[in-house]
Amino acid sequence: MSKYYLNYLDELESEAIFVLREVWAQFQNPVILFSGGKDSIVVAHLARKAFFPAKIPFALMHVDTGHNFPETIKFRNDIVEELGARLIVGSVQEAIDDGRVVEEKGKNATRNELQITTLLDAIELNKVDCAIGGGRRDEEKARAKERFFSHRDEFGQWDPKNQRPELWNIFNGNHFQGEHFRVFPISNWTEMDVWNYIARENIKIPSLYFAHEREVVWRSDSWIPKSEYLILEENEKVETKKIRFRTLGDITITGGIESDADTVEKIAAEVSAMRKTERGNRTDDKRSESSMEDRKRQGYF
Amino acid sequence: MKIDNNQLLRFTTAGSVDDGKSTLIGRLLYDSKSIFEDQLDAIEATSKRRGHEGVDLALFTDGLKDEREQGITIDVAYRYFTTPKRKFIIADTPGHIQYTRNMVTGASTANAAIILIDARHGVIEQTKRHSFIASLLQIPHILVCVNKMDLVDYSEDRFNQIVEDFEEISSKMLIKDVRYIPISALNGDNVVNRSQNMDWYQGSPLLHILETLHISSDINKVDARFPVQTVLRPQNGEFRDYRGYAGRVASGIYRPGQEIVVLPSGFTSTIKSIDTFKGSIEEAYAPMSVSITLEDDIDIGRGDMIVKKNNLPETTQDLDVMLCWFNNQPAKPRAKYTIQHTSNVQKAIIKEVVYKMDINTYERNKDDKELRMNDICRVKIRTTKPLMTDAYRVNRTTGSIILIDEGTNETVAAGMIV
Repeated sequence: MSKYYLNYLDELESEAIFVLREVWAQFQNPVILFSGGKDSIVVAHLARKAFFPAKIPFALMHVDTGHNFPETIKFRNDIVEELGARLIVGSVQEAIDDGRVVEEKGKNATRNELQITTLLDAIELNKVDCAIGGGRRDEEKARAKERFFSHRDEFGQWDPKNQRPELWNIFNGNHFQGEHFRVFPISNWTEMDVWNYIARENIKIPSLYFAHEREVVWRSDSWIPKSEYLILEENEKVETKKIRFRTLGDITITGGIESDADTVEKIAAEVSAMRKTERGNRTDDKRSESSMEDRKRQGYF
Repeated sequence: MKIDNNQLLRFTTAGSVDDGKSTLIGRLLYDSKSIFEDQLDAIEATSKRRGHEGVDLALFTDGLKDEREQGITIDVAYRYFTTPKRKFIIADTPGHIQYTRNMVTGASTANAAIILIDARHGVIEQTKRHSFIASLLQIPHILVCVNKMDLVDYSEDRFNQIVEDFEEISSKMLIKDVRYIPISALNGDNVVNRSQNMDWYQGSPLLHILETLHISSDINKVDARFPVQTVLRPQNGEFRDYRGYAGRVASGIYRPGQEIVVLPSGFTSTIKSIDTFKGSIEEAYAPMSVSITLEDDIDIGRGDMIVKKNNLPETTQDLDVMLCWFNNQPAKPRAKYTIQHTSNVQKAIIKEVVYKMDINTYERNKDDKELRMNDICRVKIRTTKPLMTDAYRVNRTTGSIILIDEGTNETVAAGMIV
């Protein structure tokens, strides 16, 4: 067999680097949406590779729900320093304090939807014309329809029925003043690919992904971490379990799984045997059959 | 976990629910254990709510709200699965004529196409349409799956008849590699596992073929083409004088020391180094993203192309193109469009529509010259500045273009250079 072919991880990496370079060439003020989760960490890593030996030319934008894992914030700050990039923070708490948004009430209240306003405000305020995200098509059925270059109108909305056709590797980022693009360089990666890549590249990830002891509550089929924001129901009790998180989001809705995997290799092995999707532990996606699509239409990540 | 040298294979499927396309995809994902429990739970719940018996695997390919309500695929959806041998990306597209543009989109990046034929109906108009698109987009491998064999008593004669009919249409087209597989997606015959019902079939099940298709030879290794995306100039520290031309190798093989020409300027130089984050490398080939430095300081920017001295693309302002129109606004005569070809962006006009292709009958219509949505036409395009092109048939990257409407910024057409 000819040696002139790439293995799948190299091909995915090369595709992502190509997309990131297109963003830099086609937009004036692009940012990376950085949550501190593994997907955005991988995107930041790819950006560093794409522009080496130059520095990464994008600012990192974090939409802070105020309900964070303390570990994530520390990790975020370390990465920003290491990359020498600029950090832009959009605060959901500030939006609540300013009356821009109203907090949900009740037991399953989350700040998930509130992020949309903060994200769009931060995009407008900072004159961002392209926000690069770590979204993957394998995550969810609405995401399976996403383009690499995804247009958002002046209200930040996605119109899934009127998406621009995307052929070969030709990306059309043309847009009018006030509109912006969301770009997803790792569209074609699966959760497994991300873990294999993290292992291969030795990419640092927050300790929350590794198995650790934590006080948790069993709710909606997963272990929700105890935090100052968690309101206990009558029949719920706090237990200490050895868990790890498959995704990192708002601390109030991100459920952990019981696990002993304390290295990237063990996580990759665990994921490959896993019988549930990673978003299966996110209560935000369980609200209805089209909750992701509805949120994405409004401007969600 | 071991990181192996598995390749990535992209394939497209076109069809509607009636052909069993969704069932086939559901079957591939289910039998390769790529469907997760919570997804299965969700499908079970939906099947029950809609009053279906058992679990409807086709629901797994459900997408947007409107598609679920109408029970059809409208847009291209991408699905993923991995076996110990390969990682697969499926571009799942609709099959009806009003979605030709979506089929074209899904086909544009595919290494292989699955064409589904209902064993009861044989080769029909839709088969001809899907084959035409596969050939137009130069998909290197065509896998003709004769589905619903269970409904024709697994008849070898029926299968052979369909193969013969397909050979007749494919002989008129540029299709390099065609395989035929008798399957039943519903029962799983010859999809992942070999069928017990068709001893007469000597070939492999579909998945095995997908896992072993030889795709590395499909990449053009002869004509070196490197479209420059952007210039890397760190201007700091040890890299103060660094000037790297960033891009992705479209075809051919690049090595340090090679004599190159920069187009369209025609300046010549020698490759000094080929760089990546991990260090300099001795060879770069498609589809690697690298950064190239040259021995001489010459003016190069986005849209230029670095090629080898003895093998040049055509530098031209006049293109003959097979164009697929994507927009519900018909093409305006003599209107200017933005043309995007690799990283090169110029203005262009459609000078002439030579003929329109009827993709069901393969007839050329020289009288109807209006370009409407989903039409496929042979056109002549003139650009304001030269493009560096190859025929699409020898180079998918340097042989393809898109047209963008300047008034709406929408991608209105995609074309293959003849």
